Amino acid sequence: MKQLFVFIRKEFYHVFRDRRTLLILFGLPLVQILLFGYALTSEVKNIALVVTNASNDVLGQQLTNQLQASAFFKVQEQQLSPTEIERAFKKGHIKAALIIPSGFGSDFIKARHATLQVLTDGSEPNISKTVLQYVTAIVQDFQRAQQPATSVAFTITPELRMLYNEEGNGSINYVPGVLALILMIVCTALTSVAVVREKETGTMEILLVSPFKPVMVLVAKAIPFLILSLVNFAFILLLAVYILNVPIAGSLFLLFMITLLFIATSLSFGLLISNATNSQQVALLISMMGLMLPTIIFTGFIFPLENMPLPFQWISNLVPAKWYYAAVKSVMLKGLGFAYVWKEMGILCVMTILLLTITVNRFKIRFT
Amino acid sequence: MKRNNVYTHPDAVSADTPIIADRISKSYNKGTVPALSDVSLEVKKGELFGLIGPDGAGKTTLFRILTTLLLADSGQARVSGYDVVQNFKQIRRTVGYMPGKFSLYQDLTVQENLTFFATLFGTSVAAHYELIKDIYEQIKPFSDRRAGKLSGGMKQKLALCCALIHKPEVLFLDEPTTGVDVVSRREFWEMLQQLKQQGITILVSTPYMEEAVRCDRIALIQNGRILQVDTPARIAGAFPVKLYAAKAASIYGLLKDLRAWNQVESCYAFGEWLHVTLRQDTGNGTALIREYAETRAHKQVIIQCIAPTIEDRFIQLATSNALPNGSGH
Repeated sequence: MKQLFVFIRKEFYHVFRDRRTLLILFGLPLVQILLFGYALTSEVKNIALVVTNASNDVLGQQLTNQLQASAFFKVQEQQLSPTEIERAFKKGHIKAALIIPSGFGSDFIKARHATLQVLTDGSEPNISKTVLQYVTAIVQDFQRAQQPATSVAFTITPELRMLYNEEGNGSINYVPGVLALILMIVCTALTSVAVVREKETGTMEILLVSPFKPVMVLVAKAIPFLILSLVNFAFILLLAVYILNVPIAGSLFLLFMITLLFIATSLSFGLLISNATNSQQVALLISMMGLMLPTIIFTGFIFPLENMPLPFQWISNLVPAKWYYAAVKSVMLKGLGFAYVWKEMGILCVMTILLLTITVNRFKIRFT
Repeated sequence: MKRNNVYTHPDAVSADTPIIADRISKSYNKGTVPALSDVSLEVKKGELFGLIGPDGAGKTTLFRILTTLLLADSGQARVSGYDVVQNFKQIRRTVGYMPGKFSLYQDLTVQENLTFFATLFGTSVAAHYELIKDIYEQIKPFSDRRAGKLSGGMKQKLALCCALIHKPEVLFLDEPTTGVDVVSRREFWEMLQQLKQQGITILVSTPYMEEAVRCDRIALIQNGRILQVDTPARIAGAFPVKLYAAKAASIYGLLKDLRAWNQVESCYAFGEWLHVTLRQDTGNGTALIREYAETRAHKQVIIQCIAPTIEDRFIQLATSNALPNGSGH
């Protein structure tokens, strides 16, 4: 028991004396949370919109003002010719333009029909779609405001609500994803590298030619990263709640249990990789390419799984992070209880047992 | 083939023969790369035994088989009376092992390394401090320095301390002097002599022939075969013919000429000299070689009859051994 304790203490020395490990442990969560929370946001705000108003009448000016009042657009009023607008698009100076034709006001009042032209940069489809939606909505509002008398006619107004995320906070989706990603990196990559390093420096030979039980080497390697991962988990939750304003709707205890299970799965993966490799580079490469990439692609927090071809959807079932992500979303964002996540927890449990069995069976007490 | 029945009753001899290897063979990559063939040797209690051979001779493979880290393809081995396959756990408890690289934790301090290995072997630094005292005193001023920042000589001393901390009966040192400066190497061999005084059996490997004389007995090993096992003096003395040292203004020219001469059995560079043996030595070799060298217009010719060293014997054994088997590998 004392041997194990001293071994674990040695592992902590390794971690706290290696700047790169520390950076991955605590720098990475911070950077990723901030990146996903602020920089990589899918919300569209402050888009430069050029308004070319050829009508010079009151109605045109009122519409421009209304657009200006919204938070979505930064309106620049410029009188540009069609060729000038095209050139500005080509140079990438503007992403969207609204052209109000001459006689806009008189057409609207007299002919009861007026047209507007909205141009967007289609090479960025997400922004284009969002701009079109926003402009359409604003124009409809504007139209209704102009003719209050006729609004008594039958109209259907859809009332939209985004459940579990009323404000459309984009970071809400990323937090469970970042959790899955960080825990996967810390547990799998760092653990496998820690074991393989002993092989590389030759200390594994001494560890084997000693009374210390060989399998306990794995235990001693896993425990420090288990503890550090839990610290990381708390750190990410604090960042999420206090910096990104993502609420924790469900039970914190259940969230903790799910995370503990996922950490166990990832640690088993790391130990399995360390069994199969003899160099730190290979271990790192397998962890990164073999696990991080699938975690990003097949978890569903960046690319929706539903849109993938069926074979990819089947593959995604093998990625532990997918189940963790789903469970965390249910508990953290929707506030659901154990009854809704037992399936995910069960799958993670089976994966862990399977991986650990293979690892322990394949652990070599000799060289070949 | 002579069958030594000592091996069939190992326990009777294990008390005074802590290391027994009996016809050990091992190959890698599914038998395509032979590493050891039919290696047998015995190390007596309290002996300082050297395994001498070049890189790739199979020294590390033999060490790993004896320290239970590798399984031999055939043959048996016993360490401290325990079978290396069946009783590997007991062996791992009793031996001290220092692998080829100084296997220390580079980011742990001297003190932390020592404490870690002491605890790992279920003991404490204080318990057997007497044994390592002389060695550890030398690195004690640096006890708070990280092992990675030590010089090669100090790393070697620390690694030895770590291997000794549990007072092993048998000590395995795999090339402990490789990559260490000359002074540290000499000090290291003196330390081994002291450890021997304490009754520890030591098996040490080295590629440096000049270190062989420091051992009680040595085994010459090449291409996975033991060439000869004996005391250093007897191995050097077993050189079968007279050996001459030759020198001239143009050493390389002399080497080429002597090799071309049909009277010469072997001729190789040895430091700043050439070592020469003749096919039929009638006792006047010195004069004969001088005469030949001068007909070849060599200047400043010096020829001496010298006492062969272990290295001469090794080269002689290695070349004559290689012939019947071919290069083999």
